[in-house]
Amino acid sequence: MSESSHYAPGSHPDLPPPTRTTGIVGWVRGNLLSSPLNVALTLLSIWLLWTILPPAIHWLFTEAVWTAKDRKECWALMDAPRDAGCWAFIRGSFELFVYGWYPDPERWRVNLTFILFIAAIFGGLREKIPGKKYWLIFAAAYPFIAAWLLLGGFGLEPVSTNKLGGILLTLVVAVTGIAFSLPLGIALALGRRSNLPALRGICVIFIEFIRGVPLITLLFVASTMLTYFLPPGSTFDLLMRVLIMVTLFGSAYIAEVVRGGLQGLSAGQYEAADSLGLSYWRAHQLVILPQALKISIPGIVNTFIGSFKDSVLVLIIGMMDILGLGRARLNDPDWLGLAPELYIFISLFFFINCFSMSRYSLSLEKKLHTGH
Amino acid sequence: MSQETTPASTQPQLDPSDAKIISIKGMHKWFGDFHVLKDIDLEVARSERIVICGPSGSGKSTLIRCINRLEEHQQGSIIVDGTELTQDLKNIEIIRSEVGMVFQQFNLFPHLTVLDNVTLAPIWVRKLPRAEAQEQAMQYLERVKIPEQAAKYPGQLSGGQQQRVAIARSLCMNPRIMLFDEPTSALDPEMIKEVLDVMIELAESGMTMLVVTHEMGFATAVAHRVIFMDGGEIIEEKPPKEFFENPEHERTKLFLSQILHH
Repeated sequence: MSESSHYAPGSHPDLPPPTRTTGIVGWVRGNLLSSPLNVALTLLSIWLLWTILPPAIHWLFTEAVWTAKDRKECWALMDAPRDAGCWAFIRGSFELFVYGWYPDPERWRVNLTFILFIAAIFGGLREKIPGKKYWLIFAAAYPFIAAWLLLGGFGLEPVSTNKLGGILLTLVVAVTGIAFSLPLGIALALGRRSNLPALRGICVIFIEFIRGVPLITLLFVASTMLTYFLPPGSTFDLLMRVLIMVTLFGSAYIAEVVRGGLQGLSAGQYEAADSLGLSYWRAHQLVILPQALKISIPGIVNTFIGSFKDSVLVLIIGMMDILGLGRARLNDPDWLGLAPELYIFISLFFFINCFSMSRYSLSLEKKLHTGH
Repeated sequence: MSQETTPASTQPQLDPSDAKIISIKGMHKWFGDFHVLKDIDLEVARSERIVICGPSGSGKSTLIRCINRLEEHQQGSIIVDGTELTQDLKNIEIIRSEVGMVFQQFNLFPHLTVLDNVTLAPIWVRKLPRAEAQEQAMQYLERVKIPEQAAKYPGQLSGGQQQRVAIARSLCMNPRIMLFDEPTSALDPEMIKEVLDVMIELAESGMTMLVVTHEMGFATAVAHRVIFMDGGEIIEEKPPKEFFENPEHERTKLFLSQILHH
């Protein structure tokens, strides 16, 4: 050791860190075994996993029945009745869960809508993709293409909105709410910070009113009260009313998240943009919103995830989304008592979607970080 | 304007008959109840360079921020290059595109690269084609001696480099007037010189400059006039040599003794 300290001033080389603090060994020492309490907690965790995991795997996978025509057949295939999961229930109901009551010969339209949805998400969010501009236009037009494909008209067989159900309905409610609440929320946030008192007042009242009322109440308003306000004889589709309410609800939350982002910017950014002669709209388009939205990403995605999950509330006004339809299916005499399978399936569906949004937001934050 | 008192080498001759490029008459400003600028009269000739100093809170930053309407004045008139500053948004945008400003905190746009920072206003305000704007931007980045940083983000640069990018960003709009609001106050000592060098070079090119600064060496080297402000008023204005050697007002003497002997 003493030899290594004989460096002339200014000539000391960079040395590697001591081995015990890096690598797998370093990680295990630092995180799992750093104190007697940590050692005890590590052992306890291992024991818990040891007791829980094998039966869970047994129930979910190894002993589970994947093909059967009803629950009796499921039980017959197990060592003991109700010894494991009966995924045949989900498989047998899968088409119903995905398409609802959408007419059989027209289901290709739903499939096409799903495929285009994935294309719009992928093309719209990927940074480096040939023809990026056209992908963005396509993504912006997607909600209207989807509405045309699903509801028909203009050359397609019309399909009534009450035929939508299951995952299809859940996605329609959730994606519409998310896609339209962002631009509306940004507009409300800018309005709330406007210098024009009338505009500011309207935005404040709107945001505070919508945030102050539970979504379920707004949905009841949509399903019952709105008919009183509309001209007599006019029909305004229930699904359309629900979509408007869900969008308005989401936009009020997005507005507050974006406002937080706007306030997180230093006044110097506004002044620099002003001093260069950029107009209000150009300054917001090029300087203010790109930064404010970046700051707001965690809050925006949090709101999106909330909107996605809140879409199940439509079952309270009698719409059959995936949760409503699944619960109705539990009453089928063939599949009585299979609630665990149903709820595991639905949880998994929501988890995959919400977790994907969460991961995407993390990667987006990382990508937009420009080092400061 | 007495030209004899300033070093001849760095001084382009000011034409006294030339129209004043900035003309401020009887200007007052309040922040709420606080009277921050009191009866300001100031005329600036083309290519004139003015250094404004004074204790903190004296209103010197507010004064130059009124010139491009980052602050609104409540009384009196400000005429910049023939256009009066009023509520008219079009006039304000015209004046802002003619008047460059450099801030104490640089205020670069952190989400854009250096090149994008510098080309943003020429492309969107001047409507220059992108290629032309980039070519011009590279010339100005050469002029402030950091063309090699064009692809980096501001957060990856030192303070001195950021401030030079900020100067280039303003110059790309081909302004007729440059305002500097304490451009070196947020810099580490070893970076002040690189920014001052760029400013001196800019002064020699004949730019009209109003500089709020405490860099008295800079004032001596390039200013035609030094203005001392205190309590929202212009207390004293003189050519730099006279200002430093022979201040009249007690408050000026006190201020100079505080900043020169620490």
